[in-house]
Amino acid sequence: MPPSMTESSANKLINGDVCHRTANGKKSSGRNGFVKNHCLFQQPQQKKYRRPSEKNNHVVRNTSLYNRPFVEQFEETPLLVAVLTYVGYGILTIFGYLRDFLRNWGVENCHVARERDEQKDFVPLYQDFENFYTRNLYMRIRDNWNRPICSVPGAKMDLVERTSKDYNWTFEHTGKVVKDVINMGSYNYLGFAENTGSCADNATGSTHKYGVGVGSTRSEMGNLDIHEELEQLVARFLGVESSMAFGMGFATNSMNIPALAGKGCLILSDELNHASLALGARLSGATIRVFKHNNMVSLEKLLRDAIVHGQPRTHRPWKKMLILVEGIYSMEGSIVRLPEVIALKKHYKAYLYLDEAHSIGALGPRGGGVVDYFGLDPKDVDIMMGTFTKSFGAAGGYIGGKRELIDYLRSHSHSSIYATAMSPPVSQQIITSMKIIMGEDNTTLGAERLKQLSENTTYFRRKLREMGFIIYGNNDSPVVPMMLYMPAKIGAFGREMLKRNIGTVVVGFPATPIIESRARFCVSAAHTRDMLDTALEAISEVGDVLQLKYSRHHDFPSSLDPWSSAESLLLEPSHVKPSCHITN
Amino acid sequence: MGSPQVVRVGNNTSARLILNTWPLVCAPAYHLVLEGILILWIIRLLFSKTYKLQERSDLTEKEKEDLIEEWQPEPLVPPMSKDHPSLNYDIVTGPPSHKIIVNGKECINFASFNFLGFLDNERVKQKALTSLRRYGVGTCGPRGFYGTFDVHLELEDRLAKFMKTEEAIIYSYGFATIASAIPAYSKRGDIVFVDEAACFSIQKGLQASRSFIKYFKHNDMEDLERLLKEQEIEDQRNPRKARVTRRFIIVEGLYINTADVCPLPDLVKLKYKYKVRIFLEESMSFGVLGEHGRGVTEHFGVNIDDIDLISANMENAVASIGGFCCGRSFVIDHQRLSGQGYCFSASLPPMLAAAAIEALNIMEEDPEIFAILREKCKHVHKALQESPGVKVIGEAYAPALHLQLERSSGSRDTDVKMLRSIVDYCLERQIALTLARYLDKEERFLPPPSIRVVVTIEQTEEDIEKAASCIREAALAILK
Repeated sequence: MPPSMTESSANKLINGDVCHRTANGKKSSGRNGFVKNHCLFQQPQQKKYRRPSEKNNHVVRNTSLYNRPFVEQFEETPLLVAVLTYVGYGILTIFGYLRDFLRNWGVENCHVARERDEQKDFVPLYQDFENFYTRNLYMRIRDNWNRPICSVPGAKMDLVERTSKDYNWTFEHTGKVVKDVINMGSYNYLGFAENTGSCADNATGSTHKYGVGVGSTRSEMGNLDIHEELEQLVARFLGVESSMAFGMGFATNSMNIPALAGKGCLILSDELNHASLALGARLSGATIRVFKHNNMVSLEKLLRDAIVHGQPRTHRPWKKMLILVEGIYSMEGSIVRLPEVIALKKHYKAYLYLDEAHSIGALGPRGGGVVDYFGLDPKDVDIMMGTFTKSFGAAGGYIGGKRELIDYLRSHSHSSIYATAMSPPVSQQIITSMKIIMGEDNTTLGAERLKQLSENTTYFRRKLREMGFIIYGNNDSPVVPMMLYMPAKIGAFGREMLKRNIGTVVVGFPATPIIESRARFCVSAAHTRDMLDTALEAISEVGDVLQLKYSRHHDFPSSLDPWSSAESLLLEPSHVKPSCHITN
Repeated sequence: MGSPQVVRVGNNTSARLILNTWPLVCAPAYHLVLEGILILWIIRLLFSKTYKLQERSDLTEKEKEDLIEEWQPEPLVPPMSKDHPSLNYDIVTGPPSHKIIVNGKECINFASFNFLGFLDNERVKQKALTSLRRYGVGTCGPRGFYGTFDVHLELEDRLAKFMKTEEAIIYSYGFATIASAIPAYSKRGDIVFVDEAACFSIQKGLQASRSFIKYFKHNDMEDLERLLKEQEIEDQRNPRKARVTRRFIIVEGLYINTADVCPLPDLVKLKYKYKVRIFLEESMSFGVLGEHGRGVTEHFGVNIDDIDLISANMENAVASIGGFCCGRSFVIDHQRLSGQGYCFSASLPPMLAAAAIEALNIMEEDPEIFAILREKCKHVHKALQESPGVKVIGEAYAPALHLQLERSSGSRDTDVKMLRSIVDYCLERQIALTLARYLDKEERFLPPPSIRVVVTIEQTEEDIEKAASCIREAALAILK
């Protein structure tokens, strides 16, 4: 994108907001406190600016840092819907207690597995209330999860049909197969979940050559030549000096963060970070502070306070600070404000750990993840982490970065010393799919997939929004959360969609805040326009039946949404040149 | 009609008001003033800002800026010397099976945990390939979101049947299995009794659980009972707390770090005496010990229902990837919502699950292999006894033994270097061995440095003789 174009779009945004603000009668002359602004993105002197509703503040602020429009929407929950959702949970809870009471007195059949008689006098393994939610809420709609599939998890999949005679306590397979269900649930962004083609062929070859297991750790006797090849390729793909691959994506986070931070270090973690990042941070023994989701003001405040105040009680300076963020947040569909995070990280000398589990392959003109998407230098991210499960249709994870970092991990990562190395056919799948994305197979197949994914994403998001659904997240994110809110609608939506032969993912508490239950669609390059249209039609139909079209903002241009101007006061003139301080 | 009533009511209330306020009026003035001040004070407390240590800073903006300017972080990673012993991995070209090419040299493999030789088994490969042709490689999702394949359900079913338990649950990574299972049950405030020799993934699981951890001496039942008794006394002091404090004993079947077996029958006795649950990690013993390879419960003839949870990986004897937990449904099913490594991770690639199923098939069809493996283990154990300067650590039937120096030089680094020279000497002569690797600073109780010797059923008598004589020569040459 040429810089002039981005400049103009940025200015337009700001001018529009300023106009809106003056039209509101707010004079900016009264505020001259920001002359002495020391923060990059924040004005701590001004305590009294109107905070816009937290949900809407996701329009780009420090526009000069971005090379493309950055539009994210989180439309506020309508008040009536919120109230009704709470009422719904209230009713479910009351019924839950009633049924627990009946079960206790033997009126209702109790299906819960029981402790064996010999151990009845042991301390109970579970507290009774721990499983209240599972027993009384989750059980009602359990059929929407763990649906067994019996084919490739591609654009269409076959499901094993199952029924339950005891209200979801147990399932029976009927022996039938539900054929050709459109798959809107798998993280198959680039469509590499395939059982034909060069990926499968090469994986077959390496199974013949190596077998499936390794039987040792990387540091002992499990360092195969195929692993070395994979790591060199990953480093080249990411544009970093060196990289290391691990057998499980979850463990890549939870077993490597402890090698990078420890006591006396500070970890700053986004509130919506994945469980693996949280676990890794906890295992490291470092102090953890959490900032608001994708909120740079919150992050900057934590960074400033950390340096100014040092460690709690002793006030010793922190040894180092590590910022943990994700590329695409899988439950929100939002994209990290990476240019701003990097500016902050540089200014406050923190290190940046970027988890690209969902974004690698799925974003950027070359499929290189968020760094590629924003056109940034991968060297500015200290630790580039990602997984092979999603876009590459394989399993495992990687860490890329400077040679010293990778050398250190090779000798100090929990994973390289104690965990079995990656399976050879899985490694081969990654090598082949990555080469296709990079165009090293001398075809344009990879580029076509990237283009297809981006088109599909734009199309699908636009259509859903036009239908009047509340869609969260960034316009370019292939993860598309659609709000359902009410607990009863979680189950109803999942079932109704399956009736129409479309497999969707629905999520509720505890994966989301209690009132923000949602359905999540993952757009894939393998989806054809026809499939998307079929899916959209079904979503619209179910949306009408269940009254899911909550959005009150029906027609707006996709690049600039009008209500975001509530943000105006964070766009004070001083913010137009946020980098002045750094250049000083 | 209405007005007199209202008046009456009014009179009544005003009378009551006077009565109620009478003591106030009577009270001395200073009393009222004092109470007034107190009320104002309470209001002030209610509305004043919450007191935060961090925010009570008297620094000016300029001073803060200087602090930010001055602060220098430590480097992200400490600098490493290029010849760090664990930096340069040996490179294996081709499959890590019985014959292995290490750093370009063809060797006999005494290092990979391929106990039953399934790694290059044609049947296993064929089943994996059939699965690959049907499902592709990856699953593109966690178990909850279309990542459950029929193969996973079949494997769980087969594992449960094989182990004769009610239910089994599979994980996509061996290390994550017990490390996720422990924190699913043991929470903050609970108490875990652990053997000192417990492997690293158990240690990580314990750390994630945030429970109280009490280590007992390796395989020392008296020490364990001492701790349990202490706890019993503690419980009598605080019975209310004791009623909600869960207790667990976590042991390994066959310890990877010491190659010896846990005294399971004694542990079961202690379990019922002190009402503690037992979690058993069987990565080394599953598919090895017992007549049918069911592990240490079969080895001792212990009823498997007496063990609350058994966990093992499928990366050693089974020669695939991943791990599983098995036990009663009451216990295991809980992990389907609470096991972090289960819920939040992509599921096991179906071809690896298919390979594991085929490995189970072979194990069920031909239990002879376990007897053969035991013979080989005994043979290796005996053959290694005669090496001067090194001692064999482990049971005669353990498939992964340790060779330690008889006399340590006093410095761990020197010991490691000496052992490494033995390994290199053997590599030169086509015997692939490896050092047992640990993270020295992370281990709770760091085992002494050692060479790992792994027995597989594919090793012939000549191979074993050759390896033993090679180690003997090396020990003679290097340790003198």
